[in-house]
Amino acid sequence: MAELDEFRAQTRQWLKANAPEAITGLALTEGGGNWGGRRATFEPPEMKPWLERMAERGWTAPTWPREYGGGGLSAAEAKVLQQELARLRLPLPLTGFGLTMIGPTLLHFGNEEQKREHIPKICRGEIRWCQGYSEPNAGSDLASLQTRADRDGDDFVINGSKVWTSYADLSDWIFALVRSDPKAKKQEGITFLLIDMDSPGVSVSPIGLISGKSPFCETRFDDVRVPVRNAVGAIHGGWTVAKALLGFERNMIAEVFGGQARGGGQGRGSVLAELAREYLGDAGGALGDPVLRDEIARCELDERAFHLTVQRARDAAKAGHQPGPESSLFKVYATELNKRRTELMVRIAGPHGLGWQGAGFADDEIGRTRGWLRARGNSIEGGTSEIQLNIIAKRVLGLPD
Amino acid sequence: MQLVLTEDQELLAKTAADFAAEHSPVSRVRALRDADDADGFSRKLWRQMAELGWVGIPFPEEFGGADMGLSGLSVVLEALGRTLAPEPFLSTVLLGGQALLLGGSEGQKSEWLPKLVEGERLLTLAYQERRSRYDLRCVATRAERDGSGWRLRGEKIQVLDGTCADGIVVVARTSGEERAADGITLFALRRDAPGLRLERQHRVDSRNTALVFLDGVAVGAEDVVGAEGRGGDLLERVVDRATVGICAEMLGSMSEAFERTLGYLKQREQFGVPIGSFQALKHRAAQQFIEIELCRSAVMAAARAVDDGVEDAARLVSLAKARCSDAAILVADESIQMHGGIGMTDEHEIGFYLKRARVAELTFGDAAYHRDRWARLGGY
Repeated sequence: MAELDEFRAQTRQWLKANAPEAITGLALTEGGGNWGGRRATFEPPEMKPWLERMAERGWTAPTWPREYGGGGLSAAEAKVLQQELARLRLPLPLTGFGLTMIGPTLLHFGNEEQKREHIPKICRGEIRWCQGYSEPNAGSDLASLQTRADRDGDDFVINGSKVWTSYADLSDWIFALVRSDPKAKKQEGITFLLIDMDSPGVSVSPIGLISGKSPFCETRFDDVRVPVRNAVGAIHGGWTVAKALLGFERNMIAEVFGGQARGGGQGRGSVLAELAREYLGDAGGALGDPVLRDEIARCELDERAFHLTVQRARDAAKAGHQPGPESSLFKVYATELNKRRTELMVRIAGPHGLGWQGAGFADDEIGRTRGWLRARGNSIEGGTSEIQLNIIAKRVLGLPD
Repeated sequence: MQLVLTEDQELLAKTAADFAAEHSPVSRVRALRDADDADGFSRKLWRQMAELGWVGIPFPEEFGGADMGLSGLSVVLEALGRTLAPEPFLSTVLLGGQALLLGGSEGQKSEWLPKLVEGERLLTLAYQERRSRYDLRCVATRAERDGSGWRLRGEKIQVLDGTCADGIVVVARTSGEERAADGITLFALRRDAPGLRLERQHRVDSRNTALVFLDGVAVGAEDVVGAEGRGGDLLERVVDRATVGICAEMLGSMSEAFERTLGYLKQREQFGVPIGSFQALKHRAAQQFIEIELCRSAVMAAARAVDDGVEDAARLVSLAKARCSDAAILVADESIQMHGGIGMTDEHEIGFYLKRARVAELTFGDAAYHRDRWARLGGY
C-alpha cells in the first residue's frame, strides 16, 4: 500500500508538471479525443506535446511491456494513473483501435518482429489502425467472408471489399480477415493480415447512415500486394486470432456503455425526468403523463439493475472469483437498453423530437434525434443481439446446436 | 457496498441448499396441500431451522440472534425458495419480528424475540385490507378510545400464517380518514385476545393465510408498537424488509424453475431433436437468463442497502421488487409454455412455481406499484 501511495504522489507531481494548461478540463465527445496517425490533427495544439510526453513515459499504454513502448505498470498502478488523470481533469493523450484492439491482439498472437515493428508506433500514436472484418455478404456469418488472398511468392495478392471499416479514411493500416484457402472449411481457410493502407490498389469511400454522416467506410482491395510475413498467427489460422480480437472489442463496447456504471450508477439525478419536465411541464409533483412516467421509471430501473450487475462482476473479480456468466449479457443488454433510452428521449420531446436540421429545432434536440437513429446500430455492430443470445444459449446455458 | 458473498454467507448458502434438497423437496409442499394441513408448513422443520440459527439471522445477539442482517437471511431464503419451502420466515421473522425489533418496547422485545428466535413462538403482521391494495397507509380498521385504552374494530385480509401465529401485530387507525398518511398505530395482540377471530383463507399457493376479524378487541398503551399515530413510517420500514426477503425467495424460485425448464429443453425431443436446439426457444431462454442475473444484482444491492441504512435503501428495495415481480412471472409463464402439455398437469411440479410466483408478484406491491414508488422517491 505504501508503495502505491508513493506512486500516486509521484504520478500526481509528474502530471501537474507536464500536462499543458490548455488541455485541462477538456471534455472529449464521442469519437473525439486524439486518435493519432499520420494525418493526426491536434485540437487544441497542446494535445501534441501532451501525447509526446505521455508516450515517452509509456503511459499511452500503461500496462503494456516497457520493451515495446508501454508503461509496464501493474493493474493497480494503472488504476492510480487513471484516477489521477480524472482528479486533475486531464484527457487521455491517445485513443483508438491500436490501443483497444490490434495492440492487445499482437501482444498475444504476434511474433517478435511484428511486436517490435507495430507496438511502439501504436504507443506513440504514429500509426492509426482500422478494422477490416465485415463484408457486403458476411455480417453475422463472418466466417463466410470472401475477400481473396492469393499466394504469389512472398506476397499475398488481395482482392475484395470490406464494409463498416470505421475511420478507414483517416487510418494508416488495416487489420483484415482474408480467405487464403478457398478449399478449406470456412473457418479454416482464413488468415489475419496486417495491410498498409498506402499500398497501391486500396481505395476507401464513406458510408452514410440513417443518422447522417458516419465514420464508417467501405474499403476496396484491387490486386493489393501484402508480404506474407504480415500474417498474424498461423497462415489459414486467422479465425482464432479474429475471435480473440472480437472479445477485446466486446469488452470495449461494454466498457463504453458501462462507463456510467461507476459506483453502481448512484447519485445521478434523473436525466429523463428532467427532460420530461421540460417538455411536459410540471405541476410540482408527479409528471403529467402517467404512461411516460412509468416508462421513464422502467428505463431507470433497468439501467440501475444493469449497472449493479456490472458492479457485481467487478466485485467478484476483485474478490478473486472466476468470471461468472453475468458478463456475457453486458453487450446485448447495454445496447438494447441504449436503444430504448434514446427512443424514449425522442418520444418525451414529442414533435420537437422530429428535427433533422435547421430552423425551429434546438441543437440538443437534433442531437438526441440523431442519437436515437444512430443507436439502432448498437445492437448490430460488434455482434448482433441475436448472435449474443446465441452465444449465451450455447456457452452459458449449454443448449444443443 | 460489495456485491459479493462473504465467506460466512457462502457457507450459509451451501448449508441451506443441502438442507432444502434433503428435507424440503417440492413433494412436501404437495403433501401439505393435499392433506389440507392446518398450519400449511412443518413445525418440526421450523424448529430445525431455528436450531441451525436461521430464524435468528436478522436479530441482534442480545435476543439470541446471529446479527447477519438481510444479506445473510437472503442467502437462506433464496435456497428455500428453490424448493418452495413454506416455513413462516416472512410472517414471523420479517413482518411480526421486524415490527417488534424496529418499533417494540423493551418489554415487548424481551417477551417475544428470544422465543421467536428459538422457534417457539410465531408472529405475524395484519396490515392488508379489502380496499387497501398495496397502499400501506390505507387503513379502515379503527382503534376507538375506551378509557385509557382502545377497542379495535375492523377486518384484515390474507394475514400470512395468521391461524397459527401466537401473536399478531395489527395496523389500526387511531385518528384520521381511511387514506390519511398520519394517525396509524401498530398494536401487538395475543392470539387468545377476546374479540379476535381468525378464518383460514386458501390461495393458489396453498400457504397459510387468514382473515382476521377484530370485534372490539381491548388494547392498552402497553400494547402499542412504536409511537401512537406515527405507525405509517414504521410499517413502511418493516414491509421494506419483508420485501427484500420475498425478493430473495423469488430469486431462488425463478432460478430453480428456469434450471428445471432448461433441463427439459435439453432432454425433450420432438421432430427427432432436442427442443432446446430450436432458436425460437434458445433466445427466450437467454432472455430469461439475463433477467435473472439482473434480479440477483438488485436483490443483493437492496439487502446490503437496508443493512447499511443507506439513503436510497427504499428505492433499491423497489428496484428489486419491480424487477423480481416482472422476472418471476416471465420465467414462470415461460416454464409452463416450454414444458408444453405436461406443464399444465397438476402431476408435474412446474405448476407450483407459477402459483407461488403469482402470489409473490402481488405481495408487497407489484412491479407497477414499485415503479411508481421509485418515481415518487426520485421526485417525479
